[in-house]
Amino acid sequence: MNALFAAAGTEFRIALRNRWVTVAVAMMALFALVLSAAGSAATGALGADRLSVTVASLTSLAVYLVPLIALLMSFDAIAGEVERGTLPLVLTYPVARATLLAGKFAAHLGILALAVAVGYGIAAGAALVTDPGAARGLPALWRLLWSSVALGATFLGIGYAISALARRPGAAAGAVIGLWLGVIVLFDLGLLAAVVADGGGAFTTVVFPWLLLGNPADAFRLFNLAASGATAAAAGVGGAAQAIPPALALASVLGWPVLGFGLALAAFRKVTP
Amino acid sequence: MLRLADVTKSFQGTPALHGVGFTVAPGERVALLGHNGAGKSTLMKIILGLIAADAGRISVMGAAPGSMGARAVTAYLPENAAFHPALTGLEQIRYYLRLRGEDPKGARTLLEKVGLGEAARRRIGTYSKGMRQRVGLAQALIGAPRLLVLDEPTSGLDPVSRRDFYAVLDDLAGRGAAILLSSHALTEVEARTDRIVILSGGRLMADDTLAGLRRRAALPIRLQVQARPDTADRVAARLTGTRHNGVRVDLVCGPADKLARLGEISALGALIDDVEVIPPSLEDIYSHFSQRDLP
Repeated sequence: MNALFAAAGTEFRIALRNRWVTVAVAMMALFALVLSAAGSAATGALGADRLSVTVASLTSLAVYLVPLIALLMSFDAIAGEVERGTLPLVLTYPVARATLLAGKFAAHLGILALAVAVGYGIAAGAALVTDPGAARGLPALWRLLWSSVALGATFLGIGYAISALARRPGAAAGAVIGLWLGVIVLFDLGLLAAVVADGGGAFTTVVFPWLLLGNPADAFRLFNLAASGATAAAAGVGGAAQAIPPALALASVLGWPVLGFGLALAAFRKVTP
Repeated sequence: MLRLADVTKSFQGTPALHGVGFTVAPGERVALLGHNGAGKSTLMKIILGLIAADAGRISVMGAAPGSMGARAVTAYLPENAAFHPALTGLEQIRYYLRLRGEDPKGARTLLEKVGLGEAARRRIGTYSKGMRQRVGLAQALIGAPRLLVLDEPTSGLDPVSRRDFYAVLDDLAGRGAAILLSSHALTEVEARTDRIVILSGGRLMADDTLAGLRRRAALPIRLQVQARPDTADRVAARLTGTRHNGVRVDLVCGPADKLARLGEISALGALIDDVEVIPPSLEDIYSHFSQRDLP
């Protein structure tokens, strides 16, 4: 346990020196501010409190930003150590690879949680100040907060796995950006195209919901939108949220971080320094 | 005790080590010599459990290489020790102390021991190669290791630092640590190690003390005879040697003939001014065993 804390502390210090903490927090804060400003237009027609609407907007923001920050923090974690030549020495210490990886994971997840908390805090603060009834949206905000951390955990794990498999930081960086584009941006576009082409057939009713649940980012969106009660405020997959049981979305949101870390550990164990 | 027997390893069909076996006893300092690509680093990584051998038996203080038991008693100093440039020397050593379950307060003492007390709070990114090497040495001293595996430990160190380094090593060996260190240069390890293992092309070419290697190599000895003025020709003829310049005559003989030849030289009495015995150099001995000439 002491080794895990030591690894996490060192990793946090490195992230602090490399400005990753600043960058992550600033990025989330900036986007949350912009979002609050843009969302301050009248929303009364939707019948939802201001905070619930903010949560719906934050969900759309988090789906893009949280995986991106997680992947950017994680791609160098193993490939960087391989390239710098720091990995062989640390692997001769009497510490399990799982412990070293968990240390990095804890540090990066802590930074991500901090960034998310600051960003959402700003947006929620703005909503609470302008709408006295916004406190009704607090449960939705809390749900968004922890599920965002879970989403980040998923992509940290996937990022470590790519980092271990790529073995060179350059290659790992390219791969995580490609993955982000594929999983977060193109996946939904592809599904949309397929649904349109299918015209309400078997794909739309049978395969499509499972594809949404299988993608951690879509599952995150489904989970938050289905529960938020402000579904109408969000576009895109919002409509699908009603068709899929929230319990399944929850299972995906909670299962993916475990799967991601498992993938990372499996890939890290294969690295020969 | 480190025991290796019949260790064999190949990478994608290219043999890197072939049937290598030797031991390092507690308190013993063994030098592992070989050219680049001789298999030194591969062998060290196998001992550390970083890579697995294809065949052979390895026991690190009674444990399997790479097992927690073996890692707990082994310290390693990689060739060109590297650390994260954003950390200070102190932070880096504190981290290593905690990984070994030791008190991080000991970091300062360790850094002072390797002469980095002044630079302890500076980032490693600003260190010279020799300073990084000393951070590497400091981490290798954590927790009284019973086996030290040091890959080219003195590369990048100036002569004074090298002397300090070997003093630290002597101290560790004196307290019963088994030490295996690799080097390119026989000259450097000659006085500092108890035994020498020579690898070439992945095969063990020699495993002996320096005196033993000298004996076994039986390389010719050169005798330089300084003749008195105008007697060089006569001396050369009497000793059947080669005249070099006005007064010098060179003789070459095997180790067994050395005393007989010296007897012949001293019999010339007044014709001789001086005589110099030049044993085979360490490079000659090394070349002999590694079967390749030095550049």
